[in-house]
Parts: sequence; C-alpha cells; structure tokens
Amino acid sequence: MKIAVLIKQTFDTEAKIVVKEGKVDPSGVNVIINPYDEFAIEEALRIKEKVGGEVVVFSAGSDKVTESLRKALAMGADRAVRVELDGVAVDEGVVAEALAKAVGEGNFDLVLTGWLAIDDRSAQVGVRVAEILNLSQINMVTQLELADGKLTGSREIEGGMEVVEVPLPALITAQRGLNEPRYPSMKGIMQAKKKELKVVNASDLNISAQPKVEVKDVFLPKAKEAGKIYKDDMADAVSALVKALREEAKVI
Amino acid sequence: MAKVWVILEAQDQKIKKVSYEMIGLAKQLGDVEAVLLGSGVSSLAQEAGEYGVSKVFVADCAELKDYTTAKYTRVLADLIQKKKPEIVLVANTSQGRDFAPRVAQRIGAGQISDVMDYQEGQFIRPVYSGKAFFKVSPCACPAIVTVRPNVFPAAEKCGGSCLVEEVAASFSADDLKAIVKEVVKQVSSRPELTEANIIVSGGRGMKGPENFAILEEMADVLGAAVGASRAAVDSGWRHHSFQVGQTGKTVSPSLYIACGISGAIQHLAGMGSSKVIVAINKDPEANIFKVADYGIVGDLFEVVPMLTAEFKKLLS
Ligand SMILES: Cc1cc2nc3c(=O)[nH]c(=O)nc-3n(C[C@H](O)[C@H](O)[C@H](O)COP(=O)(O)OP(=O)(O)OC[C@H]3O[C@@H](n4cnc5c(N)ncnc54)[C@H](O)[C@@H]3O)c2cc1C
Ligand SMILES: Nc1ncnc2c1ncn2[C@@H]1O[C@H](COP(=O)(O)O)[C@@H](O)[C@H]1O
Repeated sequence: MKIAVLIKQTFDTEAKIVVKEGKVDPSGVNVIINPYDEFAIEEALRIKEKVGGEVVVFSAGSDKVTESLRKALAMGADRAVRVELDGVAVDEGVVAEALAKAVGEGNFDLVLTGWLAIDDRSAQVGVRVAEILNLSQINMVTQLELADGKLTGSREIEGGMEVVEVPLPALITAQRGLNEPRYPSMKGIMQAKKKELKVVNASDLNISAQPKVEVKDVFLPKAKEAGKIYKDDMADAVSALVKALREEAKVI
Repeated sequence: MAKVWVILEAQDQKIKKVSYEMIGLAKQLGDVEAVLLGSGVSSLAQEAGEYGVSKVFVADCAELKDYTTAKYTRVLADLIQKKKPEIVLVANTSQGRDFAPRVAQRIGAGQISDVMDYQEGQFIRPVYSGKAFFKVSPCACPAIVTVRPNVFPAAEKCGGSCLVEEVAASFSADDLKAIVKEVVKQVSSRPELTEANIIVSGGRGMKGPENFAILEEMADVLGAAVGASRAAVDSGWRHHSFQVGQTGKTVSPSLYIACGISGAIQHLAGMGSSKVIVAINKDPEANIFKVADYGIVGDLFEVVPMLTAEFKKLLS
C-alpha cells in the first residue's frame, strides 16, 4: 500500500498573533505540524504497520517546513517531499494543484490529509487535491477501516454519524477522534536524519492555477469590554445574572 | 445586480435554518436564486419563494436520497457552469464543507470559507483559531462562499412566490462509487451543538461524568445543547462529538454558559464568537472571565442547581 500524507506547518496553538504591515507576523512564533495532519500521519503509519507498504509525507512551504517533515520521518514515515513555492502567488487552489502534481507521480493508493489547517482554516486543500487526482473522498473521518481494497470511514454529521464506503484509490481527511498520534522515539529521530527528503520546485510542476481569492486585510478582534462578574452571595449572584440575561442581554 | 445562489440545505423534509440565514446574506449581495437537491424535496421549493428567492432549481431524484460528495458535486458543478451565478453560498455544515471545495475545484473557482460577516464588499472570516480575521474578496467569478451557521440573521418572510425549474441529474459510474452504508442519528431531545441557540458546557471542573446531569437539567430547561471542554472529553466523561474548541466544534450560539472551564485559548477558539458568554468558575483569575459578558465566581455545584431553578421559574 502506497500512502501519501499532506502535512502543513502551522503556528503553535498558543501563539500570539501579531499583525505587521497588513500581514500576520511569523517572527518568533513556535511552529508545529497542523494537529489534524498528525492524525493523518498516525493513521498512515498504522495502515502500513498492518498491511505493509510505504508512507511518503509532502509539505508545501519554505525550508522552514523541513523541520516538520523530519518530525514526520521520525514518527515513522519513509521519505519526504518538500514543495518549494517561493515566489508563487497562492490561494487554496494553487497550493492544491502544486501538491496534487507532486503527489500525482507516485501512484498512491491512499492520500491522507487533515480536514483543516488551524492557521488559514480553509478546509479546502485536501478535498481539492482529491478532485484534481480524481479520487473518491471521505471527509472529516473519525474512524477508518481497510478491507478488500475498500475503505470504510465514519464521519460526524449534525446530530449523528455517517458511515461511507469508497474503493481505493481514495483521499481521506482526518478529524480528531481518528487516533492518538505517537511521539517520535529516540531511535526514530536518529533514523530520520538518514531518510530521503526531496525538494521539488514549483516551477518544475507546471502549475496552471491562479489565485481566485485575495486577502485584502488582516485584523485582530476588538478587545472585549470587561464583563459583569458576580461573587460573594450566590443567591444574589444567581438572581442578578438571570435578570441581566433576560433584560439586558435578552438571550432568554 | 449580481446573481447570487444559495444552495439550500434540507433535512427530514425541512429546509434548515442556516438556509434562511444564507438567503438573508444573499439579499445583501444581489438577486437571489436557490438550488435544492434531494429526493422528494420538490414541495419545499415554493417555501423559499416566500423569503424573497426569485427562482429555485430543483434536482429531485432517487439517487440524491443519500448525500454523497460525488453526486452533489456532479449536479452542482454542471448547473453552475450552465447558469453562471457570480456568487454561490453554501452552508458550512458537514455536508457543505464536504462538497464546496470539490465543486470549486471542478469549476475552477475560488472559495472563501467559514464566513462570519460581510462588510463593504468584503467577506470576513476567522483565522488562527479566531485570534485574527481575514477580509477576503473574490478576484474571479464564480466564487463559492461557505457561511457559518447561526451568525447571519435569517431572512424575513416577505410573501411572494418563486419560479421552480426542474433540473435533470445524470451520473457517471464514478459518481456512484461511494456508498453510504449507515447513518446513525443520536436520538436526543436536545438540539445539535452547532445549531443550538443556547449551549451549556462543562469542563474538568465537573469532576466526573455523572455530574453532567446537572448541566443536562439546566439545558433541558433552556432548550439548550450540552457541550464539553477537551479536558472533559479526554477524561472520557463526554463523547468527542460534543467537544467545543480548536480540535472540536466551532459554535456561535446566542448564549454560551461555561461551567468549570478555565478558558484555554484552544477552547475559546471554538466558542469565542458566541453572542453572550457566561462563566461559572470558582477561580476569579480564570481566563474565561476575560471573555465572559457575565460571570459568577463560585462553586458550580452550588451555582448550577440554583441557576436552573431560577431559569425554571422564569420560563415556566
Ligand atoms: C493542539 C491542542 C488542541 C486543543 N483543542 C482543544 C479543544 O478543541 N477544546 C478544548 O476545550 N481544549 C482544547 N485543548 C486543551 C486546552 O489547552 C485545555 O487543556 C482545556 O481546554 C482545559 O479544559 P478545562 O477548562 O475543562 O480544564 P482546566 O483547564 O483544568 O479548567 C478547569 C476549571 O474548572 C474550575 N473548577 C474546578 N472545580 C470547580 C467548581 N467546583 N466550581 C467551579 N469551577 C471549578 C477551575 O477553576 C478551572 O478553571 C487543546 C490543546 C492543544 C494543545
Ligand atoms: N502547504 C501545505 N502543504 C501540505 N499540505 C497542506 C498544505 N496546506 C494544506 N495542506 C493540507 O490540506 C489540509 C487542509 O488545509 P486548509 O485547506 O489550508 O485548511 C491540511 O490539513 C493539510 O493536510
């Protein structure tokens, strides 16, 4: 089974966002593998451990993402590909085409991605890659089974759960609940240093897409006014709160 | 005026509330037409007319009984390419967010995801877990916009009627490869988390799964849903489908009552856009009080039952 995993490097979830000259300032911010993409890596490794094969991780980004690709290799992926997008104007469609072209050559049976990147929160790139590569998809999967060349995935829907079956090759986007990602072992970290990490340049991929949406501005939420906090006498606090919710906030 | 489409979402033969919210937004953007897909849904089309939609395209056939990505993508991509709307609004629900990027990619369109506001020609959407916002505009037509439920006011009924145009759907073998094996509905008298108007949520401060009963009791008085922090989910007290936050659900109810939740940044990521936030926490320094509109510093095991009793008095 040949499995591709798409991983994006994102800001640490605790990162404070600073806007400088109309852009989010990345300086001094700790970076991580997008949490949903870690579920994707873990699932790929578990499938490989069961049925054999190869796990290849892909990330589009600058040299900085090498660190995240190395982490994925240390977790157990076999090799990595970095897609260098330097100088290319991107939106989700452009990134998806670049990744799809990089993945496309490898004849993968399964592509795993996160359902959403916690930085841009687009929830598009995985699904767009599925469309470009003409793969069946199951989106936001919390449980996955592989049998007889078919994948069965559970996904959450409003007020319940849906179980979908697709034939391979397919693309799955991972949602929390799918698994608990492992930590790289010391041995894994040592081995990762020797594993192949290839760089592909966007200019060699013949990307035809142009950005179709444009981010005009970034702004931070307005600081909230201090709320009304009641303490000491609980009976008074409760009746004051209920009164405020009805008469002032008008929400009950 | 721009031609704006709303892809209506229906469930159990009812048009969902988010669809009316999208119609409300669409009216600010241009002339509104709508699309309805499903099996046995034709009779619902007229309803949209009463809310100011001039025309509804209906694809009603047996194959569309179960939702699958490929079938919806086929019908919608074909129709958009034929009729050329400029903006297409899709609900940011488990269905909408599944097919929207696929349709966008097939027709070569851009997509603006999880829009929460529209100001001066620009769509506003949260990024970095709601710690910042992007103002985005499309630079090509058509553009697909997914709309967060529960934030835009629903269109008002304005009478009138609409044209209904039947759309024939045809599928290739590829479109029928995915099969829905099972749909499991949680039987619950409470509203779904992302659709709820009021949410009562519990965290590690609840101390154990059995204590969620006091939140459920409050929820039932208020007609609310019950959510949880990741700490409560990781402790095995609640199923992860009830988790609110960065790696859980994003919710925007009009009232969010956080009980025994400290207000970690990843939790705020999921509920920060709630209209009114109430915090009940015994620690006056808890971060949740920084975002709360109202709060009570106290022991939730004392406060919650008292609050429930007070709500009961008011609402019965
Ligand atoms: C990548 C990543 C993703 C994450 N995603 C999420 C997510 O989606 N959702 C999420 O919620 N978290 C998420 N977290 C976890 C988050 O950082 C916090 O650990 C978590 O939200 C804490 O949950 P809590 O507030 O219930 O628990 P705590 O932080 O332990 O807070 C418990 C609170 O209860 C109060 N309390 C205790 N007893 C009482 C009492 N008797 N009466 C009143 N108050 C009481 C305490 O004062 C305290 O403030 C994520 C973390 C990471 C690293
Ligand atoms: N630059 C990137 N490199 C690799 N994978 C990516 C990249 N951007 C997005 N993805 C994948 O697409 C998923 C959804 O991302 P997004 O559409 O940006 O929310 C992520 O969870 C990743 O799996």
